[in-house]
Amino acid sequence: MEFLVITGVKLALILFIFMTALAYLQWVERKVIAHVQVRMGPSRVGPHGLLQPLADVIKLITKEGVLPPHVNKFYYLAAPFFAVFMALISISIIPFGTDLTIPAITLGGATYGPWKTMMELADVNVGVLLILAVSSLGVYGIALAGWSSNNKYALLGGLRSSAQMISYELPMSLAIAAPLLTAGSLSLRTIADTQTGFYFGVIPHWAIFQFPAPQIFSFIIFMIAAFAETNRIPFDLPEAENELVAGFHVEYSSMSFAAFFMAEYANMVTVCSVATILYLGGWQPLFPASLGSDLIAPLLLAGCGAICLYHGLHPARPFDRITLPVFAVVFFGLAGLMAFPPTIPILMPIFWFLAKLLFLLFLFVWIRATLPRFRYDQLMGFAWKFLFPVALLNLLITGFLVALAS
Amino acid sequence: MDPLFFLLFAFIAVACGVNVVLQKHPISSALSLVAVMASLAVLYLLQGAEFIAMAQMIVYAGAIMVLFIFVIMLLNAGPEETKGRSWAALIFGVPAIIGLMGALAYFMQTGMPELGSVKFGDWKGGGAYEVGYALFTEYLLPFEVTSVLILIAIVGAIVLARKEID
Repeated sequence: MEFLVITGVKLALILFIFMTALAYLQWVERKVIAHVQVRMGPSRVGPHGLLQPLADVIKLITKEGVLPPHVNKFYYLAAPFFAVFMALISISIIPFGTDLTIPAITLGGATYGPWKTMMELADVNVGVLLILAVSSLGVYGIALAGWSSNNKYALLGGLRSSAQMISYELPMSLAIAAPLLTAGSLSLRTIADTQTGFYFGVIPHWAIFQFPAPQIFSFIIFMIAAFAETNRIPFDLPEAENELVAGFHVEYSSMSFAAFFMAEYANMVTVCSVATILYLGGWQPLFPASLGSDLIAPLLLAGCGAICLYHGLHPARPFDRITLPVFAVVFFGLAGLMAFPPTIPILMPIFWFLAKLLFLLFLFVWIRATLPRFRYDQLMGFAWKFLFPVALLNLLITGFLVALAS
Repeated sequence: MDPLFFLLFAFIAVACGVNVVLQKHPISSALSLVAVMASLAVLYLLQGAEFIAMAQMIVYAGAIMVLFIFVIMLLNAGPEETKGRSWAALIFGVPAIIGLMGALAYFMQTGMPELGSVKFGDWKGGGAYEVGYALFTEYLLPFEVTSVLILIAIVGAIVLARKEID
């Protein structure tokens, strides 16, 4: 019973935060790309366009969902649902912090708790494989959407997507296998725990630095394959708008159209979380707490607050005078929370996990704003003739070094 | 709880298996086959073979069936056309298959008593470590022979495809 209640609370929290984060990821993407291209980005709805995701969601929900007459109705309606479903499953096994102990409370003479729980929904002992399985099932959503639309462009998009995802799954799995050799486990929590500690007191034990086989190449291969698996630029051939109009979702409208974007962003968050846990040490800090890694978070947030306050006092736009001091207060409050000793062991792992996750997500957006798209034959040649052999070589060398060291 | 899940997913597996045959459209049949693979993975999981369950999902549902669907989509195969389905086959076939399955189950149970009965989650040989250990010690030769067999199949496929192109 207690287990059910705790899991229910965690489920509600994670779902709420994750869904909100997905909507705001879109805002972050539009804003970052706008600033890379020296534009303003969304700025009309709410201060700095902060309410734009809400407006988008309302717009998409209230729009009429058009059902084209020439589609295969069952698969046409099921495909977006399936895509979102598969994208959301894998977030349930991502650990994002250490264990959490809620102290006992006394209520009317009876004592409840204390409760101890892990900061994740489920610790699966084949977690890495589950992520691979679910991500390989995700292709059905896109392929079926393309096929059931009964449209040449959509069909081509779906075909491209399935071919691309099968091809890039190989280098991705081989790249993942290498850090598993050094970690010796398939559970995401155990893998993150093996990366605790520091060499010479400064260099973290993250898999990309780890003795005996630093996984830096594996990390790069994984990230490249992750771009292809999530259909992002420079590998977004399934929705290449100058060749295929919009690719597999050309016939979709309203919420089913939004569902594909939700699935894409959820997949992005998942692969970035997996990269964080496998290669960047999960919630382990960049340098030890004895050198002051706990101070990074409050200082960073206080710095953001100070910048907001400064720009609020010297406003470039009229509404900055009101909005930026509010942001400053929020940032200072968060900084205070991060510096508050009882919350440090709970919030610090989450901060480090989120910092790495957001950096990788920013990398996705940054690359989208920077790189052009591959040609389709280049994409396939790159996967089979370059990434696959390199990943294989990396796995062999890692296995050799691990065998030598043990 | 476990027997309940077993009954549920066994039913889904059988129902989808029948559906593979009954569906007219190749895409529907292929997707029913995916559902069969997925429910088989759950059955493996119920017995405690988590590695094999996940391998089943990745290899069969995630790779092989995606290729099936890819080919069906690429050829744009339409619904199957049936003509002259024999009623005699239906009338005699269904009892015959039920009888065959029943006989098989009976002889399995009486002929091989050392197999015992299934206990959910009781099997300890299904983790990644155990499977890897068994593959590289006891079953090393069959494992390598299978790899060579797959290599031969790949080379053969390429040879056949090249002849087609030339």
